[in-house]
This record gives sequence, structure tokens and C-alpha cells, in this order.
Amino acid sequence: MSGLVLAEVPFPPSVDDIFPPSLWESAPEWLTKFSLFLWLAVAVVLIYFLVSYRDPKIVPTKKQWLAESIYGFVREGVAKDVIGHEGLRFAPYLASLFCFILVGNIFSIVPLIQVSPNAHIAFPAVLALSTYGLYLYQGFKKHGFVGYLKHATVLPAPWFMQPLLLPIEALQAFILQPVTLALRLFANMFAGHMLLLVFTLGGFALLNAESLFLKPVALVSWAMTIALTFFELLIAALQAYVFTLLTANYLAGTLAEEH
Amino acid sequence: MTLAAVSGSLAAVGYGLAAIGPGIGVGIIFASYIQSTARQPESAGLTRTYMFLGFAVVEALALLGIAFGFVFGK
Repeated sequence: MSGLVLAEVPFPPSVDDIFPPSLWESAPEWLTKFSLFLWLAVAVVLIYFLVSYRDPKIVPTKKQWLAESIYGFVREGVAKDVIGHEGLRFAPYLASLFCFILVGNIFSIVPLIQVSPNAHIAFPAVLALSTYGLYLYQGFKKHGFVGYLKHATVLPAPWFMQPLLLPIEALQAFILQPVTLALRLFANMFAGHMLLLVFTLGGFALLNAESLFLKPVALVSWAMTIALTFFELLIAALQAYVFTLLTANYLAGTLAEEH
Repeated sequence: MTLAAVSGSLAAVGYGLAAIGPGIGVGIIFASYIQSTARQPESAGLTRTYMFLGFAVVEALALLGIAFGFVFGK
């Protein structure tokens, strides 16, 4: 075993790996890596858009062009396409949601950070709650309280089907939609983090193996880590898009006139 | 009398089973998107939104499996 770097690593990784201690000894309990990177994500999005729009030109600079195309993508591709013309007033909310989730997700592959704040259920849960609050509010405003409950649960179907449909529709609109919205983002980021951990730590576990034939397999494991990192980039962008798309879709369902 | 015994976490086996359905579903969704785009290339932009919607909804099942595998894995 001489010459090999033997790292004592815990394998397999567990859920506890995702609960880091406070940043320093006397820091408050909530001040962990995650809250720090959450602020960093907010700061990155805020500062980028402020800086690129501080001095807008008619012929856009590169920074301005990127900022405009991100906003334009959400405005045209999500708000206008999914909700329709009246969806344009939600474009700022959707765009900030998209940018914030995208930056937060990409943290999962940035060296030295390597974990997304969204890998904790609390952060996606708050994002999903704000979407939930928004579409409930819009529904109550548009259809009235009873009107919206009816709009969300009663489908045009024969009366004898209603006892079956009502509970399903109510469950869907008031519980499943926000829960799956939060859970989807959380589980994707969490699973991605676990996947990278399994292959990285698995490489060390193989390297430490007794059998000489197992040691080179560690290289395969680390090559997989690199491949999966690129896959994670894809997932990060896709999940930010999906979250925004579903938010727009729920809003569209709420704002629709009749079925 | 025990015929067979499994040690360790059954959640891994359970997740494998749970991923079959979403796996097939996601495959069908992307296959249909490719097929519709091949038949009518100009509809690609129109159907892309629906592809991602369907993908997200189906994929949620597999992700519920992952989450519950960890939650009830003990």
C-alpha cells in the first residue's frame, strides 16, 4: 500500500452529510454553509442585474445582452407562452424565481461549494409556498373565495362521477401541487449531491480495497464523477426551468376563465 | 423457518422497483416528442413546453421514491 494516498472516508454517504456544522465555533446554529451560499446566490443575482442594467445602451453590451436574453426567455418562453398575454405581469416574479434557482442549483457543481442550498427541503419549500400563496391569492381575487374553490375542484363531468373527482381535484390543487413543486427541486438537488458523493467516496473506498484488482477501478469511479458533474449542470438548468414552468402553469390554471 | 433473508437497507431495492414506472414514462415522453418533431418539425417549439411539463410530472414519482427511501430507510 506504499505510495498510495489513503484517505479515511466514511462510506456510504448518508443524510447526515448534508447537515454541516455552523461556520465557526461560536456562530449561531443557523449560520451554516447553506445560509451563506443562499445569501451569495441572492447577491449574485441582484448585483448582476443591477450592474448590467446600470447604464443600458441601445446597442446592448455583452452583459446587458445576457441579462436581457435571460429575462426575455422567461417573459416570452414561459410567461407569454404558458399563461398568455395577461401572464406578462408575472414575468418579473417568474424571472427572479428562475435566476435564483438556477444560481442556487449551479452551486452544486462549483468547486469548493459543491452543494446546492436547494438540497435542503426548507429552501425549495419556501419557494413553493410563495408560488402557492401567489396562485391562491390570484384565484381568490379573480373568482372570489367560493368561486375559486369551485373553479379548482369542480370539473365538467356527469354528477355521478363527482364524488370520485372532487377529492382528487381538491387534493391536487391544494396539497399535491405545492408539495411536489418543493419536493421535485429538493429531491433532484439532494439526489445529485448524493450521486456525486457516492462516486467520489466510492473511488476512495475502492482504492483502499484489499484486492489489487479493485484499486484501478477507483479511476473509473472518478471518471464517472466528472461525467456526472456535467450531467448535474444539465439537471440544474432543467430543474430551474421546470420550477418556473410549473409555477406559470399553476397560475395559468388559476387564471383560466372556465374549463 | 426463514427461506431467505436480506440484510441492510431494503430501501435500495424498493427504489429500484419504484423507478421502473417513471423510467418507462419518461422514455415514452421523450420518444413521443422526438416522433412528433420528426413528423412536423415546425411544431417543435410548441410541444417543447408540454414535453417538459409531462417530464416533470412523471419524474416526480421517481423523486418521491428517492425522498421516501431516505425517510423510511432506517
